[in-house]
Amino acid sequence: MKSLDDLKKIRDAAQSKVTMRGKNDGIRILVGMATCGISAGARPVMTKLVEEIANKNIEAVTVTPVGCIGECAIEPIVEVLQGETRTTYCRVDVEVAERIINEHIIGGKVVQDNVIGKYRL
Amino acid sequence: MKHSLNILKVVINLNELSLHILDICQNSIKANATLIKIIITEDLSQNSFQVIIHDDGCGMNQKTLSEVTDPFFTTRTTRKVGLGISLFKMAAEMTDGDFTIKSTLAKGTSVIANFKYDHIDRAPLGKIEETLVILVLNELEIDIYYEHTFNKKTYIFDTREVKQVLNGIPFTSHDVILWIKNNIKEGILDIHKEETT
Repeated sequence: MKSLDDLKKIRDAAQSKVTMRGKNDGIRILVGMATCGISAGARPVMTKLVEEIANKNIEAVTVTPVGCIGECAIEPIVEVLQGETRTTYCRVDVEVAERIINEHIIGGKVVQDNVIGKYRL
Repeated sequence: MKHSLNILKVVINLNELSLHILDICQNSIKANATLIKIIITEDLSQNSFQVIIHDDGCGMNQKTLSEVTDPFFTTRTTRKVGLGISLFKMAAEMTDGDFTIKSTLAKGTSVIANFKYDHIDRAPLGKIEETLVILVLNELEIDIYYEHTFNKKTYIFDTREVKQVLNGIPFTSHDVILWIKNNIKEGILDIHKEETT
């Protein structure tokens, strides 16, 4: 059973690491999580992203569920915000989510197969 | 024509009640709630499966309330249909159950869905732990209270309790997320175990 004591250990471990950073530092990953996104399979995608980041101990990356941006037909949509750059991926499934982490977040190379637009904010 | 095809796709794919719950809770987040309560009660003796989602958000006036179960009503501006509530209502009514939504301006909104437990069309709850983790990761740090009762056993997950233990460590810390997920998964398994006495 994952008890509150286990949680306390996690807290103590986290406190010993001095990582002071703001909420918006590093890379932000946004996952469209409205009715359209959910029905197209955004939940397993988001779960995969969170798990990959946890398993690979990637620092300074946050994953956030967001609403609908109006392109329901090409959901699930995942956006990667890094500094001034925004990359929008569409029709993301679990495999593509894994590629985004491996190739884009770790490797720094955009997964061209699923990108719909890349522009400066 | 293109629109109606897309709607069909949505109906087919929301095949877990936990996906509906995730969807309905997005409304609560948008209504500036500070606490969302999700209460699930499974009672085999009554053959009932009940889902209650309650928030303390901005609420709705009577006119809006009467319109929300209409699939062609939405407050959003990016598209013309709003399917979340109407689909959840349909999921409940499909099982000879019922669906109620109550709301008071500035007080909050409650959604109550009753399902017939053994009805062939009742969707399984599914991966509720994934739903809850995603809700916990919401940007506004809204508190989530989850209560799940199976016959007489109850499991409770409360982010306020977790926050107290964490003492400032953010939920976005990935070890914390994994802990939450496993805690919920095991907690629900636990209440479904048959008593061996």
